[in-house]
Amino acid sequence: MKTKEALINYCLRLADNNLILAQRLAEWCSRGPFLEEDIAMTNISLDLFGQSETLYTYASELMANGKTADDLAFKRNERQYFNNLLVEQPNGDFAFTMVKQFLFSTYAKTLYAQLMESNDAFLKGFASKAIKEVKYHFRHSSEWVIRFGNGTDESMKRAQNAINELWRFTDDMFVMNETDEELISTGITFGADSVYTNWKFTVDDILREANLLLPEDNNVVEGGCNGIHTEHLGHLLCEMQFLQRAHPDAKW
Amino acid sequence: MVVANNSDLTEKSGNAGVNPSSESFLWNLLNQIPDPDIPVVSIVELGLVRGVKIIDKLKAEVTITPSYSGCPAQSVFTDDIKSLLKQNGFNEVEVKVVLSPAWTTDWLSNDTKEKMRLHGIAPPENEPEAEALFCKQNKVKCPRCGNTNTHIISRFGSTPCKALWYCNYCSQPFEYFKCF
Repeated sequence: MKTKEALINYCLRLADNNLILAQRLAEWCSRGPFLEEDIAMTNISLDLFGQSETLYTYASELMANGKTADDLAFKRNERQYFNNLLVEQPNGDFAFTMVKQFLFSTYAKTLYAQLMESNDAFLKGFASKAIKEVKYHFRHSSEWVIRFGNGTDESMKRAQNAINELWRFTDDMFVMNETDEELISTGITFGADSVYTNWKFTVDDILREANLLLPEDNNVVEGGCNGIHTEHLGHLLCEMQFLQRAHPDAKW
Repeated sequence: MVVANNSDLTEKSGNAGVNPSSESFLWNLLNQIPDPDIPVVSIVELGLVRGVKIIDKLKAEVTITPSYSGCPAQSVFTDDIKSLLKQNGFNEVEVKVVLSPAWTTDWLSNDTKEKMRLHGIAPPENEPEAEALFCKQNKVKCPRCGNTNTHIISRFGSTPCKALWYCNYCSQPFEYFKCF
């Protein structure tokens, strides 16, 4: 695989993670448990939509085939999305959404800290910018996880259920394919091993503070970076892409 | 690339006598464009314009940087830049976006912060590291009565750059422009 092709795939992977999670968070709009939290979730969503647009724009410039950032967001099929399985999972209850956000924001924060050393000037700039936003998301979701775990029996039960259900999708964030091989060899990315170590350290730390446990049985599911998804992504895309499919190239 | 020098920018309007092919003419023009969300300060004062260049007499290039990645104000002021420069004789205007160095509220001058305060928005003050959990935030001064007997309601507010606070002394909610 050529470096340019790998870089395009990698940017799509990062962009798709942000876009799909942003779309999930936007589903909470007007349905949040209380007003401030409704605004918090849609604010986080907005940051992630913005980050995905920046990445799609760069990917479209590298492609140089006339495709725009909007084409990349709205005109691909399920198998052409490289996001991780975690972010496409349905929202569930508020505890479920926050546990999902916590697992992802910890990952994004760790990954971007590493990408700030990339020798690709765009990725380096993107990571330095995005990490400032992601730290807010990390703090917000971590604090909720700790509150749930130490709150009522009900909040603890719901947070623990979310960990049990979502944990099997976390390995997927650290799967590497030929895209990673090519980018590691050229110093653009650095591989998932040290990201995993740092991510696991922080996750363990927060879960300990929340008195929540990792599930013992873990039926690992993987495939996001190769375009293999759970059944939920198709339904999400169906709603998100409706307008562009019904009225192609419609402008706001 | 020329970087904003705030002392040059305090004079609004008054372009008469300034050479229209000079970069300071461009900076002055851009300093007239208000931020769409906080119209009491300009996009130059917020540090969103990172550079200007006149390619030839009729072509200008403006470099901007986003505040927050998803901030919808960016597309609004991008259009504002293009239309204002076109009204002022540039028939080709290119707006470039740079991500590095990442935008920071450290670039706001004291004058700009004071304008925000007078508008009812508490300006950014020293804050603990963004990722510190359950960290007690320094008390933010109420922009109306100046009292520090205040508390945070939500770190996320009406725009990405603001948090929601409450003054216990004058019993009013207020917005705080986050350190970033």
